[in-house]
Amino acid sequence: MTSCDAIVIGGGHNGLTTATVLAKSGRKVMLFEAAEALCASMQTVEIAPGYRTSALSHLVNRLAPEVIRATGLDTACLNRTPAPTVTLGAGEPVVLRGGYGETLDGVSAEEALAFAAFRQKLMAQAAILGRFLTRRPPLPGEITRKDLLPLTTTGLALLRGGRGAARELMRMLLTNVADAADEHLCDDRLRGLMAFDATLGSHMGPRSPGSLLGLYYRLTGSANGIPGAQIVPLGGMGALATAFTAAAERAGVTLRPGTPVARIEAVQGRATGVTLADGTLVQAPVVVSAVHPATTFLQLVDRAEIGTGLTRAFRRHRSRGNVAKLHLALSRVPGFTGVAEADHAGRIVLARSTDHVETAFNPAKYAEFSPDPAMEVVLPSLGQPEMAAEGCTLSALVQFAPYALRGGWAAGKAKLLETILARLEAHAPGLRETIVFADLLPPPEIEARFALPGGHWHHGEMTADQLLFNRPVHAAAGYRTPLDGLWLASAGSHPGGGISGLPGLNAAREILEARP
Amino acid sequence: MKRHDVVLIGGGHNGLVAACYLQRAGLDVLVLEKNAWVGGAATSRDTGTGVTFSNCSYVCSLFRPEIMRDLELPRHGLQVIAYEGGVVFTEDGDYLAAYRDHDAHRREIARFSPRDAEAYETYARDVTRQCRFIQPLLMRTAPDPVSLKPRDIGELLWLARRFGNFTAEEMAATARFWTMSIADFLDEYFETEVLKAYLAISGIIGTALGPMSPGTAYVLLHHYMGEVDGSVGAWGYARGGMGAVTQALASSFRASGGTIRTDAAVEKVLTRGGRATGVVLDSGEEVAARRVVSNADVKRTFLKLVEPADLPEPFLHRVRQFKMRGSSGKLNIALDGMPEFPALPEGCRCTMGDMHFSDSIERLERGYDDWKAGRWSADPFLDMMIPTQLDPTMAPPGQHFMSCFVQYCPPKVEGRDWTDADRDAFAETVVSQIADYSPGFRDRIIGMEVRTPRELEAEVGLTEGNIFQGELTFDQLLFNRPVPGYAQYRSPIPGLYICGSSTHPGGGVMGAPGRNAAREILRDMRLSPKEMRPAHDVL
Amino acid sequence: MIAPRRHPAQDHFRQPLTETPFHPRLAALCETESWYNWAGQKALHSVYDEELEYFAIRSTAAVFDISPMIKYRIRGPGAEAMLNRLTLRDVRKLAPGRVQYTAWCDDAGEVLDDGTLFRPGPQEFRLCSQGRHLPWILDTAEGFDCTVEDESTAIAGLALQGPASFAVLQAAGFSGLETLKTFNIRDLPHEGGQVTISRTGFTGDLGYELFCPAEAALSLWDRLWSAGAPLGLKPIGYNALDRARIEAGFIVPGTDFIATDLALRADRARLPDEIGLDWLVDPAKTQFNGRRAIMAARAKGGPRHVLVGLEVEDNTPAVGAILYHHKKREAGVVSSAIWSPMLKRNIAIASLDAPYGSRITEDLWVEIYALRELRYHKLMKRARIVPRPFLKLRRRTVTPPGLV
Repeated sequence: MTSCDAIVIGGGHNGLTTATVLAKSGRKVMLFEAAEALCASMQTVEIAPGYRTSALSHLVNRLAPEVIRATGLDTACLNRTPAPTVTLGAGEPVVLRGGYGETLDGVSAEEALAFAAFRQKLMAQAAILGRFLTRRPPLPGEITRKDLLPLTTTGLALLRGGRGAARELMRMLLTNVADAADEHLCDDRLRGLMAFDATLGSHMGPRSPGSLLGLYYRLTGSANGIPGAQIVPLGGMGALATAFTAAAERAGVTLRPGTPVARIEAVQGRATGVTLADGTLVQAPVVVSAVHPATTFLQLVDRAEIGTGLTRAFRRHRSRGNVAKLHLALSRVPGFTGVAEADHAGRIVLARSTDHVETAFNPAKYAEFSPDPAMEVVLPSLGQPEMAAEGCTLSALVQFAPYALRGGWAAGKAKLLETILARLEAHAPGLRETIVFADLLPPPEIEARFALPGGHWHHGEMTADQLLFNRPVHAAAGYRTPLDGLWLASAGSHPGGGISGLPGLNAAREILEARP
Repeated sequence: MKRHDVVLIGGGHNGLVAACYLQRAGLDVLVLEKNAWVGGAATSRDTGTGVTFSNCSYVCSLFRPEIMRDLELPRHGLQVIAYEGGVVFTEDGDYLAAYRDHDAHRREIARFSPRDAEAYETYARDVTRQCRFIQPLLMRTAPDPVSLKPRDIGELLWLARRFGNFTAEEMAATARFWTMSIADFLDEYFETEVLKAYLAISGIIGTALGPMSPGTAYVLLHHYMGEVDGSVGAWGYARGGMGAVTQALASSFRASGGTIRTDAAVEKVLTRGGRATGVVLDSGEEVAARRVVSNADVKRTFLKLVEPADLPEPFLHRVRQFKMRGSSGKLNIALDGMPEFPALPEGCRCTMGDMHFSDSIERLERGYDDWKAGRWSADPFLDMMIPTQLDPTMAPPGQHFMSCFVQYCPPKVEGRDWTDADRDAFAETVVSQIADYSPGFRDRIIGMEVRTPRELEAEVGLTEGNIFQGELTFDQLLFNRPVPGYAQYRSPIPGLYICGSSTHPGGGVMGAPGRNAAREILRDMRLSPKEMRPAHDVL
Repeated sequence: MIAPRRHPAQDHFRQPLTETPFHPRLAALCETESWYNWAGQKALHSVYDEELEYFAIRSTAAVFDISPMIKYRIRGPGAEAMLNRLTLRDVRKLAPGRVQYTAWCDDAGEVLDDGTLFRPGPQEFRLCSQGRHLPWILDTAEGFDCTVEDESTAIAGLALQGPASFAVLQAAGFSGLETLKTFNIRDLPHEGGQVTISRTGFTGDLGYELFCPAEAALSLWDRLWSAGAPLGLKPIGYNALDRARIEAGFIVPGTDFIATDLALRADRARLPDEIGLDWLVDPAKTQFNGRRAIMAARAKGGPRHVLVGLEVEDNTPAVGAILYHHKKREAGVVSSAIWSPMLKRNIAIASLDAPYGSRITEDLWVEIYALRELRYHKLMKRARIVPRPFLKLRRRTVTPPGLV
């Protein structure tokens, strides 16, 4: 039997963040990861001989400066200029540069002004909302002095912008992205882009009330200090994975990849440690689960140790992915029509209009995939010969592709791949002939490959009813859980998914502040 | 020229409620109605079939009992009859019925799932809790959260205290309930598809959303928070049709000395020195008044009746952006006999209530997809009633009035205006759905009135045919309704008020907006609303 | 045209209240026709005379139809662990052949119901309660190796209570029961099948509860009836039973407390400690639903409500009366009250709001509004907290039981 001060289950970036911060404060921390590699969804992988790409996530747009500071993360791989976003609709593309379109190419001067005003409004609103991301969410019934300060400063920030702006935020907060974009913009390509960005990774169409939250969430992120910016890391996402791992090692965390945890041990409602798949018992007064919260409570914890209400809440927890991941190895760099050569290094979004995204969403409601999907495409190897000596890798996130496809993915996968390739071919003529290797991962395969239940990278829908004190579920919100000594630190907890590290950091801070 | 204390534009139920309270407070009130009859969307008219229709709204539950009491509506002929039952027919020839009797209802659900039959108790409890929370908010003016006025702060504190009495679990549950889709909400309780479909309908009636859209669980409350004589959640028919509500209001108004002019369409609101001074009718006649109150929806009021120059641009912008897309239509059908529904056992009383043919959430949602694409639903859902089973005043013996509320039905057909041919094709879609379940149905039809959003706008004046005078999404509720900063029945023009369903607490034949508006007007006039007795306590 | 699909189950609406398996016998004996709705079934307030029925419980023997009780059968290797998660007491300590009075809570520690848990075999249980809990029990059982079956209508139940109840069973040919101790179960043959007899009841008297398949109900009734008539066996309705249960100090959900899953007002929910069920909570056992909340409340300084037995001066039952401290400050409410014929005392069960009932236990008064010929007599009577049960009868527990 082994023991330590804290056990972290799951070696994703959030688990590593928690472990690193705990270790840096002097705790003896052991981290167990089932997969052979840490940060499985952030690896740079070789998909075909000589072709390397990012395994799942392919952009960095919300890595929190607080996390970089607290973990001492080496961010050399992010030392690049932000990548532009190119949105391809009918006709010429629009290119957004800097932090979510600080400057725009390809629209009328009038529309550029309208976009600038809208962008500024959203950025200001996101900045206010962003205040809630870097700490425990306010919990009803448990509002402490610590919560009052941010609540008050947020209130003041809200009023500083003027009464009109405050009212506008309260009106817009739960509105849908389609209406918001329609109100402020005329260009379908920009509206389509916002519709896509707001709904990416969630079971929502742009017309679903509350969908604007998705866009706010994106805009609370920043890269290299630029709000709304995005970076394709040097060496692929794997470089960042390496940095997270190195930070943990430097902090003295005992890292145990390839070591699945079989069970979280508990006695009379208190977690006491874990039992590994090989039967080894490891004891610790603090157990942090940085894997999916539903996995934690429905699989790792003995049901007898938790309440029926809690299992019920996790049964209701919505966490089914809607995005398929496409990897292509191409014998040459594709040329997207109308896109300047340099802009191919950016994020290319195929979303013609709000209606396109909404119509793509419709089938997902009935467990069917979109016949005309929307997608974002990144060419991670561009300008990095070490990732593809010849040719290029292409990485795309395609929606909507529901987790439980009617008729099953065994039959559906080839059809969806064909649909996607046809769309790509339409925008990048000749692309199909250059395909060396293609790999499509519908949500169940994302689930299997990256241990992401439902294939949902946010570890739970980011809809209003699963945010803040209801994230992942009310009884387990704020990182602490009804099983004393067990903490949650995954994207399933506040503030949510994406490569931010904030759930992990917030959880570590709560653990350190908790009375022993 | 005579100068009225108040001139009220539009004789819908909220306008009449406001008019009654203002008149009773000692003011001289004139109601101007463009049609030859008053009632707005709460009317009963025989349009030539020999059968009286509730032409638009068709059931009565939300209408606040406090208003009935204050305005003595029973004395003026209003009678609400509770009804029982309800049924959704399934495509496989079975049905799920609703019964008032608790145990019969439980056994009915247990035919499909014993678990659901018991889960229904918890569901009913949870929804009732939400209704109990919202009910006291209906008869209060929504506080402005960024105002520093003592009254707004007082109201906010009242709200905070109310919310503060909640347990943490209740607060969390309420936050979820207000933001969830009705489909997700029902999934948490039930496994039976037809039961979910039946209950989901209350989350989408009148809205431009599908059952899978977030925010539709809240809409459920707009159909559950009513009552019939203290029986919360119960529904009833107004005897004589929904026109009985507005006729009683009109009678009460006249009895207290008020004047109604019909066939008097208002063309413009007159202003002088930035203040409302009266209205001008389409005949050119000017009517002077110290205060002008509009029962028309927010768009009609501020985009048609008021000179744009009189309004600040940001306000106008918000009014233009206010969402009030019509999503429903209606068929009023006169029948020469009671239609048969062979799926039902003999003697089953569930035909007394609401009848539906949509037996899955997916069918409801697909109906919404059609609407989004600018078409009426190919497989629409119907909320169908035959009130003449309980109300013999509306049809000759043996004949019946069937009210068919139909969703979804867009304000424009694929971007263009409705034509008569569209309307007839729409009606055929509905009739053929009924005929699938009721043999010989077509032969029973002796007359029919078809209402698409076009007709609703033309006759009742509801912009885009939206029955709630504005969609019930969170960005258009409470202090956001209709325009943030103007959610207290006042407008940027001093002396001009709005009192329709575009204002808090929103649509349904509830009367609360009218009453709340009257209270604010009286406050501005420093008059005490002495005939406005307090809202009922929620014990 | 859609073809109708008709089946007999659709006709249930014609008879909203169903009949229990004993209904033919009860209907034949019934003189009052005072039927009421018990869980959707017809039950009697009284059969012929409430007062006399009560004395049958205390003097001879009485049968009460408990078939409308909700009964869940839980079977399987994981049944014990599941029930340990569900209920407050340690099910591991419930030996096969025994019965446990118990209660269960939600995660917030608020009481969902109380009931009796029978353990006929090592992997076999029956849970009896007033309320329906199928979704909660099924969800609790998820992940445990056991099955849950609602056998409420399949199983008929009869309470046989009173000093002569043992004699009635003996005369009816149920042998060997002289060794059956309280809270023990025994299966005895009846009509080729079995009847489960437990020495349990809701009266505080010597008594048994009999469960058998619904088909065997009438023959069981007849067997008891023919043997019991000479011993003074009488059928009774709920009113007589209610008097006996108040004397015995038992609480009833819906009357003395509100089940949390049915409460419209969150402040009506009660922790076990707040309704006198603290003794059921077993902190030493494995984790169970509500443990965390119950323990947290205890650590925070005790219950916010206290359920107590009261003895009220004078003889007017304090039904629904408000309790006052020092005749001034409201202190709680009476939920059940009777004049006890056995004790010749005016007794009541009341819920007090702390500190009344915990720190302050003296100077309590009840305000009784007694309606007498269209005039209310407003009485302020002194109330004294007394231990429950109000009535303790030695014959309830003595083994072998006496014949009268």
